[in-house]
Amino acid sequence: MGMRAPLKNVRGLGSAKEGTTHWWHQKVTAVAMIPLFVIGLAYVICLVGADYATVYNTLSRPFASLVLLLMIAATFYHLKLGLQVVIEDYIHTESTKFILLLLNSFVCAVVGLAAALAVLKLALGG
Amino acid sequence: MVELTLPKNSRVGTGKTHTKPDGAKNLKTFNVYRWSPDDDKNPAIDTYYVDLDTCGPMILDGLIKIKNEIDPTLTFRRSCREGICGSCAMNINGTNTLACTTGMDEFNGDINIYPLPHQPVVKDLVPDLTNFYAQYASIQPWLQAETPSPSKERLQSKEDREKLDGLYECILCACCSTSCPSYWWNSDRFLGPAILLQAYRWIIDSRDEHTGERLDNLEDPFRLYRCHTIMNCANTCPKGLNPAKAIAEIKKMMVERR
Repeated sequence: MGMRAPLKNVRGLGSAKEGTTHWWHQKVTAVAMIPLFVIGLAYVICLVGADYATVYNTLSRPFASLVLLLMIAATFYHLKLGLQVVIEDYIHTESTKFILLLLNSFVCAVVGLAAALAVLKLALGG
Repeated sequence: MVELTLPKNSRVGTGKTHTKPDGAKNLKTFNVYRWSPDDDKNPAIDTYYVDLDTCGPMILDGLIKIKNEIDPTLTFRRSCREGICGSCAMNINGTNTLACTTGMDEFNGDINIYPLPHQPVVKDLVPDLTNFYAQYASIQPWLQAETPSPSKERLQSKEDREKLDGLYECILCACCSTSCPSYWWNSDRFLGPAILLQAYRWIIDSRDEHTGERLDNLEDPFRLYRCHTIMNCANTCPKGLNPAKAIAEIKKMMVERR
Protein backbone atom coordinates (compact mmCIF):
# COMPACT_ATOMS: atom_id res chain seq x y z
CA MET A 1 0.00 0.00 0.00
CA GLY A 2 2.63 2.48 1.15
CA MET A 3 4.48 2.67 -2.15
CA ARG A 4 1.42 2.79 -4.38
CA ALA A 5 0.05 6.07 -5.67
CA PRO A 6 -3.41 6.75 -4.17
CA LEU A 7 -4.86 6.95 -7.69
CA LYS A 8 -3.82 3.33 -8.30
CA ASN A 9 -6.06 2.23 -5.41
CA VAL A 10 -8.96 4.43 -6.48
CA ARG A 11 -8.90 3.26 -10.10
CA GLY A 12 -8.63 -0.33 -8.86
CA LEU A 13 -9.83 -2.90 -11.37
CA GLY A 14 -11.77 -0.25 -13.29
CA SER A 15 -15.47 0.30 -13.69
CA ALA A 16 -17.63 -2.84 -13.83
CA LYS A 17 -19.85 -1.14 -16.45
CA GLU A 18 -22.92 -2.52 -14.72
CA GLY A 19 -25.20 -1.81 -11.80
CA THR A 20 -27.84 0.07 -13.74
CA THR A 21 -29.96 -3.04 -14.40
CA HIS A 22 -29.74 -3.99 -10.73
CA TRP A 23 -30.75 -0.50 -9.61
CA TRP A 24 -33.56 -0.21 -12.17
CA HIS A 25 -35.02 -3.63 -11.38
CA GLN A 26 -35.05 -2.77 -7.69
CA LYS A 27 -37.07 0.40 -8.43
CA VAL A 28 -39.44 -1.37 -10.85
CA THR A 29 -40.17 -4.24 -8.43
CA ALA A 30 -40.70 -1.71 -5.63
CA VAL A 31 -43.35 0.11 -7.67
CA ALA A 32 -44.94 -3.17 -8.78
CA MET A 33 -45.24 -4.35 -5.19
CA ILE A 34 -47.48 -1.42 -4.17
CA PRO A 35 -50.66 -2.53 -6.00
CA LEU A 36 -49.76 -6.23 -5.74
CA PHE A 37 -49.47 -6.02 -1.97
CA VAL A 38 -52.66 -4.02 -1.58
CA ILE A 39 -54.65 -6.67 -3.44
CA GLY A 40 -52.65 -9.65 -2.19
CA LEU A 41 -52.86 -8.65 1.45
CA ALA A 42 -56.57 -7.88 1.07
CA TYR A 43 -57.09 -11.50 -0.04
CA VAL A 44 -55.06 -12.86 2.86
CA ILE A 45 -56.78 -10.65 5.46
CA CYS A 46 -60.25 -11.55 4.14
CA LEU A 47 -59.39 -15.21 4.43
CA VAL A 48 -58.18 -15.12 8.02
CA GLY A 49 -59.98 -17.92 9.89
CA ALA A 50 -61.65 -19.31 6.76
CA ASP A 51 -61.73 -23.06 6.17
CA TYR A 52 -59.70 -24.79 3.45
CA ALA A 53 -62.57 -25.02 0.97
CA THR A 54 -63.16 -21.26 1.08
CA VAL A 55 -59.47 -20.49 0.74
CA TYR A 56 -59.21 -22.93 -2.14
CA ASN A 57 -62.26 -21.51 -3.92
CA THR A 58 -61.03 -17.92 -3.56
CA LEU A 59 -57.35 -18.31 -4.37
CA SER A 60 -57.74 -20.78 -7.21
CA ARG A 61 -59.53 -18.16 -9.29
CA PRO A 62 -57.24 -16.97 -12.12
CA PHE A 63 -57.12 -13.33 -10.99
CA ALA A 64 -56.21 -14.18 -7.39
CA SER A 65 -53.58 -16.72 -8.42
CA LEU A 66 -52.09 -14.27 -10.90
CA VAL A 67 -51.84 -11.48 -8.30
CA LEU A 68 -50.29 -13.81 -5.74
CA LEU A 69 -47.78 -15.21 -8.23
CA LEU A 70 -46.75 -11.74 -9.37
CA MET A 71 -46.54 -10.60 -5.75
CA ILE A 72 -44.28 -13.55 -4.87
CA ALA A 73 -42.08 -12.99 -7.94
CA ALA A 74 -41.68 -9.25 -7.31
CA THR A 75 -41.12 -9.70 -3.58
CA PHE A 76 -38.45 -12.36 -3.73
CA TYR A 77 -36.61 -10.75 -6.64
CA HIS A 78 -36.69 -7.42 -4.77
CA LEU A 79 -35.58 -9.16 -1.58
CA LYS A 80 -32.64 -10.80 -3.36
CA LEU A 81 -31.53 -7.52 -4.92
CA GLY A 82 -31.89 -5.56 -1.68
CA LEU A 83 -30.18 -8.05 0.60
CA GLN A 84 -27.33 -8.31 -1.89
CA VAL A 85 -26.72 -4.57 -1.50
CA VAL A 86 -26.87 -4.81 2.29
CA ILE A 87 -24.32 -7.64 2.29
CA GLU A 88 -22.02 -5.77 -0.10
CA ASP A 89 -22.33 -2.65 2.05
CA TYR A 90 -21.48 -4.14 5.40
CA ILE A 91 -19.51 -7.37 4.91
CA HIS A 92 -15.95 -6.73 3.82
CA THR A 93 -14.35 -10.12 4.47
CA GLU A 94 -14.26 -11.69 1.00
CA SER A 95 -14.98 -15.27 2.12
CA THR A 96 -17.91 -14.31 4.39
CA LYS A 97 -19.31 -12.01 1.73
CA PHE A 98 -19.09 -14.73 -0.94
CA ILE A 99 -20.89 -17.28 1.23
CA LEU A 100 -23.62 -14.84 2.29
CA LEU A 101 -24.22 -13.71 -1.30
CA LEU A 102 -24.59 -17.34 -2.39
CA LEU A 103 -26.92 -18.07 0.54
CA ASN A 104 -28.96 -14.99 -0.31
CA SER A 105 -29.48 -16.14 -3.90
CA PHE A 106 -30.28 -19.71 -2.91
CA VAL A 107 -32.65 -18.91 -0.02
CA CYS A 108 -34.57 -16.32 -2.04
CA ALA A 109 -34.88 -18.75 -4.97
CA VAL A 110 -35.94 -21.71 -2.83
CA VAL A 111 -38.43 -19.85 -0.62
CA GLY A 112 -39.80 -17.85 -3.55
CA LEU A 113 -40.30 -20.95 -5.70
CA ALA A 114 -41.86 -22.84 -2.79
CA ALA A 115 -44.36 -20.02 -2.30
CA ALA A 116 -45.09 -19.94 -6.03
CA LEU A 117 -45.54 -23.70 -6.07
CA ALA A 118 -48.14 -23.47 -3.28
CA VAL A 119 -50.15 -20.96 -5.30
CA LEU A 120 -49.77 -22.99 -8.50
CA LYS A 121 -51.03 -26.11 -6.74
CA LEU A 122 -54.15 -24.22 -5.69
CA ALA A 123 -54.60 -22.62 -9.11
CA LEU A 124 -54.14 -25.84 -11.08
CA GLY A 125 -56.29 -27.89 -8.73
CA GLY A 126 -54.55 -29.02 -5.50
CA MET B 1 -16.60 -5.92 8.36
CA VAL B 2 -18.10 -2.63 9.40
CA GLU B 3 -16.66 -1.41 12.70
CA LEU B 4 -19.37 -0.21 15.03
CA THR B 5 -17.05 0.53 17.95
CA LEU B 6 -13.77 2.37 17.98
CA PRO B 7 -10.59 0.29 18.24
CA LYS B 8 -8.91 0.45 21.66
CA ASN B 9 -6.29 3.00 20.67
CA SER B 10 -8.92 5.33 19.22
CA ARG B 11 -11.23 5.55 22.24
CA VAL B 12 -11.64 9.18 23.16
CA GLY B 13 -10.76 10.12 26.75
CA THR B 14 -11.00 13.28 28.80
CA GLY B 15 -8.14 15.68 28.21
CA LYS B 16 -6.93 18.88 29.74
CA THR B 17 -9.27 21.60 30.96
CA HIS B 18 -7.61 24.97 30.45
CA THR B 19 -8.09 27.78 32.98
CA LYS B 20 -10.73 30.41 32.41
CA PRO B 21 -9.40 33.83 31.36
CA ASP B 22 -9.29 36.37 34.25
CA GLY B 23 -12.17 38.79 34.52
CA ALA B 24 -14.03 37.49 31.48
CA LYS B 25 -17.80 37.65 31.83
CA ASN B 26 -19.00 36.27 28.50
CA LEU B 27 -17.47 32.80 28.22
CA LYS B 28 -18.03 30.09 25.63
CA THR B 29 -16.87 26.53 26.30
CA PHE B 30 -15.06 24.72 23.49
CA ASN B 31 -14.59 20.95 23.77
CA VAL B 32 -12.07 20.01 21.11
CA TYR B 33 -10.82 16.62 19.90
CA ARG B 34 -7.06 16.29 20.33
CA TRP B 35 -4.78 13.60 18.98
CA SER B 36 -1.13 13.69 18.11
CA PRO B 37 0.91 11.10 16.17
CA ASP B 38 3.97 12.10 18.24
CA ASP B 39 3.00 10.20 21.40
CA ASP B 40 1.22 6.91 22.08
CA LYS B 41 -1.72 8.51 23.86
CA ASN B 42 -5.37 7.96 22.92
CA PRO B 43 -7.36 10.87 21.54
CA ALA B 44 -8.83 13.17 24.21
CA ILE B 45 -11.24 16.08 24.50
CA ASP B 46 -9.60 19.29 25.74
CA THR B 47 -11.79 22.03 27.18
CA TYR B 48 -11.12 25.70 26.48
CA TYR B 49 -12.95 28.83 27.65
CA VAL B 50 -13.11 31.64 25.14
CA ASP B 51 -13.93 35.23 26.12
CA LEU B 52 -16.57 36.22 23.56
CA ASP B 53 -16.16 39.92 24.36
CA THR B 54 -12.70 39.87 22.80
CA CYS B 55 -13.36 37.36 20.04
CA GLY B 56 -14.80 37.41 16.53
CA PRO B 57 -18.27 35.89 15.97
CA MET B 58 -17.43 32.71 14.08
CA ILE B 59 -16.34 29.27 15.34
CA LEU B 60 -13.09 29.73 13.42
CA ASP B 61 -12.45 33.00 15.30
CA GLY B 62 -12.76 31.03 18.52
CA LEU B 63 -10.32 28.36 17.35
CA ILE B 64 -7.81 30.96 16.20
CA LYS B 65 -8.12 32.76 19.53
CA ILE B 66 -7.49 29.47 21.36
CA LYS B 67 -4.41 28.80 19.23
CA ASN B 68 -3.08 32.34 19.60
CA GLU B 69 -3.77 32.93 23.27
CA ILE B 70 -4.38 29.64 25.10
CA ASP B 71 -2.81 26.62 23.40
CA PRO B 72 -0.50 26.99 20.36
CA THR B 73 -0.34 23.20 19.93
CA LEU B 74 -3.97 23.04 18.73
CA THR B 75 -3.82 22.01 15.07
CA PHE B 76 -6.43 22.75 12.39
CA ARG B 77 -6.54 23.86 8.76
CA ARG B 78 -7.83 27.28 7.78
CA SER B 79 -7.16 29.76 5.08
CA CYS B 80 -9.72 32.06 3.46
CA ARG B 81 -12.06 32.56 6.48
CA GLU B 82 -14.98 33.18 4.09
CA GLY B 83 -16.23 29.76 3.00
CA ILE B 84 -14.47 29.52 -0.33
CA CYS B 85 -11.39 27.38 0.34
CA GLY B 86 -12.98 24.54 2.31
CA SER B 87 -9.96 24.12 4.58
CA CYS B 88 -11.71 24.49 7.93
CA ALA B 89 -14.28 21.72 7.35
CA MET B 90 -14.85 19.93 10.66
CA ASN B 91 -17.59 18.37 12.75
CA ILE B 92 -19.17 21.07 14.92
CA ASN B 93 -21.85 19.95 17.40
CA GLY B 94 -22.55 16.86 15.34
CA THR B 95 -22.71 18.41 11.89
CA ASN B 96 -19.96 18.62 9.29
CA THR B 97 -19.57 22.25 8.32
CA LEU B 98 -17.11 25.08 7.81
CA ALA B 99 -15.85 26.68 11.02
CA CYS B 100 -15.50 30.03 9.26
CA THR B 101 -19.12 30.37 8.14
CA THR B 102 -20.68 28.95 11.30
CA GLY B 103 -21.51 31.51 13.95
CA MET B 104 -21.00 30.83 17.65
CA ASP B 105 -24.47 32.26 18.27
CA GLU B 106 -25.95 29.30 16.36
CA PHE B 107 -25.41 27.15 19.48
CA ASN B 108 -26.73 27.70 22.97
CA GLY B 109 -24.47 25.49 25.06
CA ASP B 110 -20.94 24.14 24.64
CA ILE B 111 -19.30 23.85 21.27
CA ASN B 112 -18.00 20.34 20.56
CA ILE B 113 -15.52 20.07 17.73
CA TYR B 114 -14.22 16.90 16.09
CA PRO B 115 -12.38 16.29 12.81
CA LEU B 116 -14.41 15.17 9.78
CA PRO B 117 -15.71 11.67 10.57
CA HIS B 118 -14.25 8.40 9.35
CA GLN B 119 -11.05 9.72 7.82
CA PRO B 120 -7.57 9.01 9.13
CA VAL B 121 -6.46 11.85 11.40
CA VAL B 122 -3.15 13.60 10.72
CA LYS B 123 -3.34 15.61 13.95
CA ASP B 124 -6.16 17.10 16.06
CA LEU B 125 -8.73 18.50 13.59
CA VAL B 126 -6.75 17.74 10.43
CA PRO B 127 -8.06 14.73 8.46
CA ASP B 128 -6.03 12.88 5.84
CA LEU B 129 -7.97 13.44 2.60
CA THR B 130 -5.52 11.66 0.28
CA ASN B 131 -8.12 9.11 -0.89
CA PHE B 132 -10.72 11.86 -1.41
CA TYR B 133 -8.35 13.87 -3.63
CA ALA B 134 -7.31 10.75 -5.58
CA GLN B 135 -11.00 10.03 -6.20
CA TYR B 136 -11.39 13.57 -7.50
CA ALA B 137 -8.45 13.04 -9.87
CA SER B 138 -10.04 9.77 -11.07
CA ILE B 139 -13.03 11.55 -12.60
CA GLN B 140 -10.71 13.75 -14.69
CA PRO B 141 -12.17 17.10 -13.63
CA TRP B 142 -11.31 19.12 -16.68
CA LEU B 143 -12.96 19.88 -19.99
CA GLN B 144 -12.43 17.13 -22.57
CA ALA B 145 -13.42 17.65 -26.19
CA GLU B 146 -12.51 16.22 -29.60
CA THR B 147 -13.50 19.39 -31.45
CA PRO B 148 -10.31 21.46 -31.85
CA SER B 149 -10.18 24.58 -29.73
CA PRO B 150 -11.70 27.57 -31.49
CA SER B 151 -9.47 30.60 -31.94
CA LYS B 152 -11.22 32.27 -29.03
CA GLU B 153 -13.17 30.51 -26.25
CA ARG B 154 -15.62 27.56 -26.46
CA LEU B 155 -19.05 29.16 -26.42
CA GLN B 156 -21.89 28.13 -24.14
CA SER B 157 -25.49 29.29 -24.24
CA LYS B 158 -26.95 31.07 -21.26
CA GLU B 159 -29.31 28.12 -20.66
CA ASP B 160 -26.47 25.60 -20.75
CA ARG B 161 -24.43 27.73 -18.36
CA GLU B 162 -27.35 27.75 -15.94
CA LYS B 163 -27.14 23.96 -15.73
CA LEU B 164 -23.87 24.39 -13.85
CA ASP B 165 -25.51 26.46 -11.12
CA GLY B 166 -25.70 24.48 -7.92
CA LEU B 167 -22.65 22.49 -9.03
CA TYR B 168 -19.82 24.93 -9.73
CA GLU B 169 -20.13 26.34 -6.20
CA CYS B 170 -18.78 23.11 -4.68
CA ILE B 171 -15.49 23.85 -2.91
CA LEU B 172 -14.55 20.20 -2.22
CA CYS B 173 -14.51 20.68 1.54
CA ALA B 174 -15.49 16.98 1.97
CA CYS B 175 -18.26 17.75 4.49
CA CYS B 176 -20.79 15.78 2.44
CA SER B 177 -18.69 12.73 1.65
CA THR B 178 -17.57 12.32 5.25
CA SER B 179 -21.18 12.62 6.47
CA CYS B 180 -22.31 9.77 4.21
CA PRO B 181 -22.63 6.37 5.93
CA SER B 182 -22.18 4.61 2.61
CA TYR B 183 -18.90 6.50 2.19
CA TRP B 184 -17.86 5.55 5.74
CA TRP B 185 -18.23 1.84 4.97
CA ASN B 186 -17.06 1.78 1.36
CA SER B 187 -14.88 4.83 0.63
CA ASP B 188 -12.31 2.53 -0.97
CA ARG B 189 -14.67 1.96 -3.90
CA PHE B 190 -17.64 4.35 -3.59
CA LEU B 191 -16.75 7.79 -4.93
CA GLY B 192 -18.98 9.65 -2.48
CA PRO B 193 -21.29 12.65 -2.95
CA ALA B 194 -18.69 15.37 -3.46
CA ILE B 195 -16.83 13.56 -6.24
CA LEU B 196 -20.08 12.42 -7.92
CA LEU B 197 -21.40 15.99 -7.88
CA GLN B 198 -18.13 17.11 -9.49
CA ALA B 199 -18.41 14.29 -12.05
CA TYR B 200 -21.94 15.46 -12.89
CA ARG B 201 -20.65 19.01 -13.25
CA TRP B 202 -18.57 17.80 -16.25
CA ILE B 203 -21.20 15.36 -17.54
CA ILE B 204 -23.73 18.13 -18.11
CA ASP B 205 -21.24 20.75 -19.29
CA SER B 206 -22.38 21.53 -22.84
CA ARG B 207 -18.77 22.01 -23.98
CA ASP B 208 -17.52 18.64 -22.72
CA GLU B 209 -17.66 15.85 -25.33
CA HIS B 210 -16.61 12.91 -23.14
CA THR B 211 -20.04 12.47 -21.56
CA GLY B 212 -20.29 8.81 -22.54
CA GLU B 213 -16.81 7.95 -21.29
CA ARG B 214 -17.53 9.74 -18.04
CA LEU B 215 -20.74 7.73 -17.56
CA ASP B 216 -18.84 4.53 -18.46
CA ASN B 217 -16.33 5.32 -15.77
CA LEU B 218 -19.06 5.75 -13.16
CA GLU B 219 -21.29 2.82 -14.15
CA ASP B 220 -20.28 0.50 -11.35
CA PRO B 221 -22.10 -1.12 -8.41
CA PHE B 222 -19.71 0.64 -6.04
CA ARG B 223 -18.46 3.85 -7.65
CA LEU B 224 -22.00 5.19 -8.23
CA TYR B 225 -24.59 2.75 -6.95
CA ARG B 226 -23.45 2.68 -3.30
CA CYS B 227 -25.48 5.89 -3.01
CA HIS B 228 -28.69 4.85 -1.25
CA THR B 229 -30.20 8.34 -1.20
CA ILE B 230 -29.56 8.81 2.52
CA MET B 231 -29.43 12.60 1.90
CA ASN B 232 -26.93 13.44 4.66
CA CYS B 233 -24.90 15.13 1.91
CA ALA B 234 -27.63 17.62 1.07
CA ASN B 235 -28.35 18.17 4.76
CA THR B 236 -24.80 19.01 5.72
CA CYS B 237 -23.46 20.93 2.69
CA PRO B 238 -22.24 24.29 4.02
CA LYS B 239 -22.77 25.81 0.58
CA GLY B 240 -26.41 24.66 0.43
CA LEU B 241 -25.84 22.37 -2.56
CA ASN B 242 -27.61 19.08 -3.25
CA PRO B 243 -25.16 16.31 -4.20
CA ALA B 244 -27.93 13.69 -3.85
CA LYS B 245 -29.82 15.36 -6.70
CA ALA B 246 -26.71 15.36 -8.90
CA ILE B 247 -26.26 11.65 -8.20
CA ALA B 248 -29.94 11.00 -9.03
CA GLU B 249 -29.44 12.82 -12.35
CA ILE B 250 -26.46 10.59 -13.14
CA LYS B 251 -28.55 7.50 -12.36
CA LYS B 252 -31.30 8.79 -14.67
CA MET B 253 -28.76 9.25 -17.48
CA MET B 254 -27.55 5.68 -16.94
CA VAL B 255 -31.09 4.43 -17.60
CA GLU B 256 -31.67 6.90 -20.42
CA ARG B 257 -28.66 5.74 -22.45
CA ARG B 258 -29.54 2.03 -22.35
